[in-house]
Amino acid sequence: MITFPLTIITPIHSHLVITSSGSGADCMLWERILAREIRLYHLRHRRRLSICGTAKLLSLMLHPFKGTELCVALTLQDVPVTAHSASPNSGPKLIYVCSDGARLQGDVFSVGSGSPYAYGVLDGGLRWGLSKEEAVSLAREAVFRATHRDAYSGNSVDLFHITAQGWSQRTREDLREEYYRDMKRREKIAEERRRVTTSDG
Amino acid sequence: MEYLIGIQGPDFVLVAADNVAANSILQMKHDADKMFKLSEKILLLCVGEAGDTAQFAEYIQKNVQLYKMRNGYELSPSAAANFTRKNLADYLRSRTPYHVNLLLAGYDDTDGPGLYYMDYLSALAKAPFAAHGYGAFLTLSILDQHYRPDLTRDEAVDLLKKCIEELRKRFILNLPSFTVRVIDKEGIHDLETLTSGPK
Repeated sequence: MITFPLTIITPIHSHLVITSSGSGADCMLWERILAREIRLYHLRHRRRLSICGTAKLLSLMLHPFKGTELCVALTLQDVPVTAHSASPNSGPKLIYVCSDGARLQGDVFSVGSGSPYAYGVLDGGLRWGLSKEEAVSLAREAVFRATHRDAYSGNSVDLFHITAQGWSQRTREDLREEYYRDMKRREKIAEERRRVTTSDG
Repeated sequence: MEYLIGIQGPDFVLVAADNVAANSILQMKHDADKMFKLSEKILLLCVGEAGDTAQFAEYIQKNVQLYKMRNGYELSPSAAANFTRKNLADYLRSRTPYHVNLLLAGYDDTDGPGLYYMDYLSALAKAPFAAHGYGAFLTLSILDQHYRPDLTRDEAVDLLKKCIEELRKRFILNLPSFTVRVIDKEGIHDLETLTSGPK
């Protein structure tokens, strides 16, 4: 029985957060290995390894296992603090790395068995200029819809927000309550529509 | 590769299917019609293994017509769905099972509109909205989010367009156009073929 708090999102250091999917055991192990390697780099070189470097390091470490049963799909998110804001290494970054060997940088990723369902909701609401509250609400909705349809996703949703000041975590929300809230919202909308149509007619 | 979708409203059912008939990596036909008219107010949308689709769907189609000729009245959508399911189930454990996924949409003069989801293992479920194919993974969450039981026809078409837009954006295969039809108490009506425009 698992007694320690199980999280899909794991902060590695104050500015680097990793999400995992695939085989749980494989992800736990490789996150630990990666955390060890980047800490060693930090101690040896007296500066933090950039997220691109971290992603490449992980990808190179996973490469010998290509073709085996290893199943790891991670996203690394980082908002590095650099002296020169114009350098290509500055600004928030999101990189997807998986055991097949893919390493992709992008603005939005959804990973895991529930990801197609999440993309459906995300793509509908995504814009470049979203505020923090809008982004949080969209992410939560995407996770909720995915956990509703996917058998292998569920229970609760964790939300991390990462800025140049570091990561911050919202309280874990139980999705059962979100489901009942959604049902109530639908009832209210249906009532509104009924009221509007009867008052019109 | 193929995609079917159905959305039921209070007095209509909207169905759509993609128009690609593929063979390995090629589009052999880009105006294929995957809907089979079982009767004046029942449509069977059928995808799956090449050959099995047409064979099974036409077999059901002819049998539904035969019932009408023998008895003087048509099978209801619910009866047609259960008939289809029974046939699929009987063949399932034979040497020649049919590998087809179906949506049956119909309008019953007493019960109203109905949408039935059936898969190749002969599972049957009446549902307010349903989809088949890889595209279903991308669009079911959109349907979950925006579906209301009292949708108007225009709203249902808008919801369908949202789904097709998501496929255009995220599905790895290009599905350029979709046949769209509506069934209501007047019968089956063709709507404008929806195309997914250039990225």
